[in-house]
Amino acid sequence: MTQDPQTVNRPPDSSPTSTEASIAVGHPRNATNLGRGLVSVVARWEVLLIVILAVVIWEGNQISPFYIDWTNFGFSTGGTMEVAIMALAMTPIIITGDIDLSVESMVGLSGAVLGVLWAGGLPLQFGIPIVLCVGLVGGLFNGMLVTRWGLPALVVTLGTLALYRGLAQVVLGTSYVSNFPKAFTDFGQGYVPGTSVPWTLLAFLTAAAIFCVVIHMTWIGRQVFAIGKNKEAARYSGVRVATLRTALFAVSGMVAAFAGVMLALRTNSVRSDNGSGLTLIVVMIAVLGGVDINGGKGTIPGVILAVFTLAALQSALRLAGVSSEYQNVTIGLLLIFSVITPQLARQFRVLADRVRQGRHRPVRDPIPGEVVR
Amino acid sequence: MTESGPIDVIKSADEPSAPPPVALAGVSKRFGATQALADVSLDLLPGEIHALVGENGAGKSTIVKVLAGIHQPDSGAVVLDGKAVLLHGPAHARSLGIAVVHQEPRLFPDLTVAENVFTGHAPKGRAGSINWREMRRAADEIFDSLSVRIDSGAIVRGLSMADQQLIEIAKALSVEARVLVLDEPTASLSAHEVERLFAIVRQTRDRGVAVLFVSHRLEEVFELCDRATVLRDGRHIVTAPTSQLTAPDLVRYMVGRSVSLFPRSAAKIGDVLLDVHGLTRVGAFRDISFSVRSGEIVGLAGLVGAGRTEVARVLFGLDRADAGEVTLHGRRVRFRSPSAALRAGIAYVPEDRHLDGLVAGFSIAENVTLPILPRLFPRLFTRSSREHSLAAGYVDRLRIRSTGTNELVDALSGGNQQKVVIAKWLATNPRVLILDEPTRGVDIGAKVEVHRIISELAASGLAIVLISSDLPEVLAMSDRIIVLHEGRVSAEIPRVEASEERVMFAATGQIAEDASSGE
Repeated sequence: MTQDPQTVNRPPDSSPTSTEASIAVGHPRNATNLGRGLVSVVARWEVLLIVILAVVIWEGNQISPFYIDWTNFGFSTGGTMEVAIMALAMTPIIITGDIDLSVESMVGLSGAVLGVLWAGGLPLQFGIPIVLCVGLVGGLFNGMLVTRWGLPALVVTLGTLALYRGLAQVVLGTSYVSNFPKAFTDFGQGYVPGTSVPWTLLAFLTAAAIFCVVIHMTWIGRQVFAIGKNKEAARYSGVRVATLRTALFAVSGMVAAFAGVMLALRTNSVRSDNGSGLTLIVVMIAVLGGVDINGGKGTIPGVILAVFTLAALQSALRLAGVSSEYQNVTIGLLLIFSVITPQLARQFRVLADRVRQGRHRPVRDPIPGEVVR
Repeated sequence: MTESGPIDVIKSADEPSAPPPVALAGVSKRFGATQALADVSLDLLPGEIHALVGENGAGKSTIVKVLAGIHQPDSGAVVLDGKAVLLHGPAHARSLGIAVVHQEPRLFPDLTVAENVFTGHAPKGRAGSINWREMRRAADEIFDSLSVRIDSGAIVRGLSMADQQLIEIAKALSVEARVLVLDEPTASLSAHEVERLFAIVRQTRDRGVAVLFVSHRLEEVFELCDRATVLRDGRHIVTAPTSQLTAPDLVRYMVGRSVSLFPRSAAKIGDVLLDVHGLTRVGAFRDISFSVRSGEIVGLAGLVGAGRTEVARVLFGLDRADAGEVTLHGRRVRFRSPSAALRAGIAYVPEDRHLDGLVAGFSIAENVTLPILPRLFPRLFTRSSREHSLAAGYVDRLRIRSTGTNELVDALSGGNQQKVVIAKWLATNPRVLILDEPTRGVDIGAKVEVHRIISELAASGLAIVLISSDLPEVLAMSDRIIVLHEGRVSAEIPRVEASEERVMFAATGQIAEDASSGE
């Protein structure tokens, strides 16, 4: 009886004024389903990264004529491949909602073990597999603590972060080992013959291809996302949640050990503090690559783009003569940026959806007191 | 399409008397592709309990959220005393005298009762500090006026659902509420607690508050409410005094067609598929024995906490038994994980579909294939054509309403989500299907659908264990009913002898005396 016929005829307004609305409207980026229509492609995080990368390269080119140069490319990417390869292994761990903070200490521990074995006279072709096993065991230990005892990954790997670094110091003490054989240091420092592609970059790209296929094209990857989105439902669905999470930690440990080998061969020296501070960069690459730190979302292509964005930025800063302190400041800002931007991107996606389906979004006068967004 | 706002409403209202304290005028609300509300008008009168009924997805919750200031209407408006207002948020709505009690109590578990009642508007003492004594006193006063006994100094954690609900109501009444909105307040209450709640609601009404009572349960509508409004698919269907309505009327308005509940077709009952003997899990249940045959539906009845879900969890490998044995198809089994149970042919549709049943953010197809991924793609690589055609088969068979198997499950209505959960377990090709509250929170139309599905599954030779708190459902669907009471089997009743009274007696532990005296 209070109905006014004039109020009835207003066309529905599709403006999403609440988070519920945006959930119903939006197509959350679903890594298992790359791309849903042109508009959502434009709104994807990876596209934003490509834009950032292009801007950085363009700026870098303004700074120095040597910036866009294969030698510089090889030089600047070669130096970041350890963190890059670890970021690949970190990605599925973060997607499942865990984290592995111990990777940088595993870099130190594996380097230390490699150095001691080498100094003891064991050839590297035997030393390296042993070191990889050390990484595997270390990762398994992380995984078991997290899944069998139900401890939070953050705390467990914070513990092993200290533990593995301590073990590295026990193994190597304050001494250092260098003079690895040239055949091996060539892998760390050299380029694929006839190109400016560092061997380490080739190793990274190979690993990236494998991770990309497993995460995005197999059911193992699907289960990883399922765990990240809803652990309980995954378990009820027969996904071996504990086993899979443990395996991811094991892989991460082994990859970190491999990164330790790479670092040792690139710098031709091992000390017990090898790799200190790398965890931060590894996690940052993953987050910059669009992996949701709360789990459930992320893509390997995004992480690959983040690697090159970071390398390009570091190289540009170096050529511009920015001191290492300010390089750190920049990296810190980049990390904050990459946490804030997904939020903005989400709003952008809502906007994109509005463009797509609100073709005739009605304009109406705000009702008195309405908050106009 | 004029620009004259709902402010005109008061002028066009033809009666000279005071306008209703709260009304909705032509409210529409759209979420993406879903028109949640289309031009709904509703008025709430002081001293009246107004029922709002409709299937899930009919738009009841959206109305509650519009009144609570959580959602803003796309068009139309909330009208307070004849004036259109835009509610900025829950706090604003509350300050205007609209008190909303949501379906699930949303309290701070670690704070006291009084602190929860006065969240956001605690009585202030000197220098802006909280006047704790005054707060306790005021809280006690509210509870006294409701004639309920709750210690206002107690910590909320550990209080029963019913008490928490009462605290929500007290919280709502702590600000001079002119309108009280109750969103399915009886969903988790026992019969006795419901009576107490009704008394309070009536008392509130008699004080001149306008009450909006949202409910699934038709008997409550007739017992408590003065008028009823039926919504269907976001549209207003009818508003009438309850004295002029009957239950079949309401159901017809709600579903838009006449429905016969529980179509149970006869199934050929075969060999024993699942046999449970002396199953015990310390602290949960003891010495449970029963068997289920192929084609048979065995109902597992009992009060909440009687151990029904706990038995199911052991059968599905989520928990371990301390004693007893489970035989599946003549083979003794002991599952260490759900994946082992799945491989052996047991599927479990869990009680809480949001928590345990579905992966939000996954599409229908991704959810349906989740338990069978390794089987479906033995070469590791997923093929979306394969999984979508498989899911499409179930969408068809279970009549899941969606825009396609690519649609995210988040966007589906409760009933359709439940069907996706069932589809997911059917995809595993189980021999034994355990359903835990399969129709909870599902609207009547979908409920009938789910019953049809269960019935067809039994006919196809599955052994089905049906756990349900809905007595008419258990009675209508089951071939046999096992009643649990405090972790033990208190009765096993064949279909022909089953009645609500008998099941209820057994569930409350009174069967022994009753049976011995009766026979």
